Amino acid sequence: MGIVSPGFTGRRGGGKDLPPGQYLTHEFPVLSAGPTPHILTDHWEFTVTTETGEKYKWDWAALMALPAEEITKDIHCVTRWSKLQTTWKGVSLDTLLADVETGADFAMAHSYGGYTTNLPLDDLLDGQSWIAYEYDGEPLDPEHGGPARLLVPHLYFWKSAKWVRGLVLSDTEDLGFWETAGYHEYGDPWKEQRYAGD
Amino acid sequence: MERTAIRRRLTARMSWQIATVTDVRRETGTARTIVLDVPDWQGHLAGQHLDVRLTAEDGYRASRSYSVASAWDGSHGSTIELTVEQVPGGEVSPYLVDVLKVGDPLEIRGPVGGWFVWTPEQEGPVQLIGGGSGVVPLRAMLQAHAVAGTTPARLLYSVRRPESVIYVSDLKDLAASDNVDVRLVYTREAPAGEPRVGRIDAELIEQYAFKPEDGATTYVCGPTPFVETVANLLVAAGHDPARVRTERFGPTGGPR
Repeated sequence: MGIVSPGFTGRRGGGKDLPPGQYLTHEFPVLSAGPTPHILTDHWEFTVTTETGEKYKWDWAALMALPAEEITKDIHCVTRWSKLQTTWKGVSLDTLLADVETGADFAMAHSYGGYTTNLPLDDLLDGQSWIAYEYDGEPLDPEHGGPARLLVPHLYFWKSAKWVRGLVLSDTEDLGFWETAGYHEYGDPWKEQRYAGD
Repeated sequence: MERTAIRRRLTARMSWQIATVTDVRRETGTARTIVLDVPDWQGHLAGQHLDVRLTAEDGYRASRSYSVASAWDGSHGSTIELTVEQVPGGEVSPYLVDVLKVGDPLEIRGPVGGWFVWTPEQEGPVQLIGGGSGVVPLRAMLQAHAVAGTTPARLLYSVRRPESVIYVSDLKDLAASDNVDVRLVYTREAPAGEPRVGRIDAELIEQYAFKPEDGATTYVCGPTPFVETVANLLVAAGHDPARVRTERFGPTGGPR
């Protein structure tokens, strides 16, 4: 049962491109749980660990040597801002995972600084996710997850782990950092899956 | 789909509740505290936030998240407080600061967030560092600490000028407590007798914050540039990043 808020008219104009409950911003707000880690590309490494414990590693030079894509996508933060047509450059997870032998259903993304977030592996494949290292034509700023972040724009943006350092693949679904702290385990903005149980 | 079955619902969905405004208090020229009666409130941890939903007559809705400004220890009946800073050009905050009045209903859903919270069971001192309306969740933590805290707490609170201080009378009471140390920092204009005008810097952190070896948990809340600066200063001063918890709000994000 709803109510009417006396005297509230609203701003409207959110537009049809926005998922329910989102508003448009032209800024790029930051949401992080702790201090921003400052990771030098010389020390950067990305590791995929399969459910059998096998590891696949890339250093920065190896990442740069892979074919990159220009990506233009809308992004949606669970704190309700959406930003349309953001442009990124990065390597598709399809490319990174092409030679990885796995039958796993789930992935946990791990970040420098200790952040984690869980995703179904299917949501990382078929042109749906990237390791992004440029935003708007510039190297990705540490505040926004540089040197490289996961980019999974079809889910709420906390799934696009900043300062990503690896994926751990698994047959079972475990919950990541925000998912353990009350946020939804999947996070589809179009279904408004903000909090656990939504 | 097999996977859908695996991704079972772990928690019941939080439902919207109708609170009633029982009091409002002007804090500054742009901030107001709203006292709400929430008959079915389940309680919350200091630092958690909730969602507020406004509905226009034609059914149009807008929601935003706000930190709860008060602690919950069961002694406040079914009362909670929100403090809202008006965001220029905002959609929800101007309504909460200027339009909503005593007796009005307000839809809320929560509490949310399990990271930027303080509980009395936590070991070690509590270091709170707030910028502007970032002090709101820290005030809830100080209230919880006043009831059940056994370790020392310190608040470093950065404001533009004396008129910008939220919770003036609370802070006076807190400053009188042996267990809590309050230090205000003025960035634009200081009151008479306060020589320092300027942002929080390494020297101030060194002087007024707990030392890395004190084992404090530090909570930093404020606008993004403030939180970035303070968190970087803390890490540079040797604080363990894992013990520094942050909550940022952007220029368009509004307080939360």
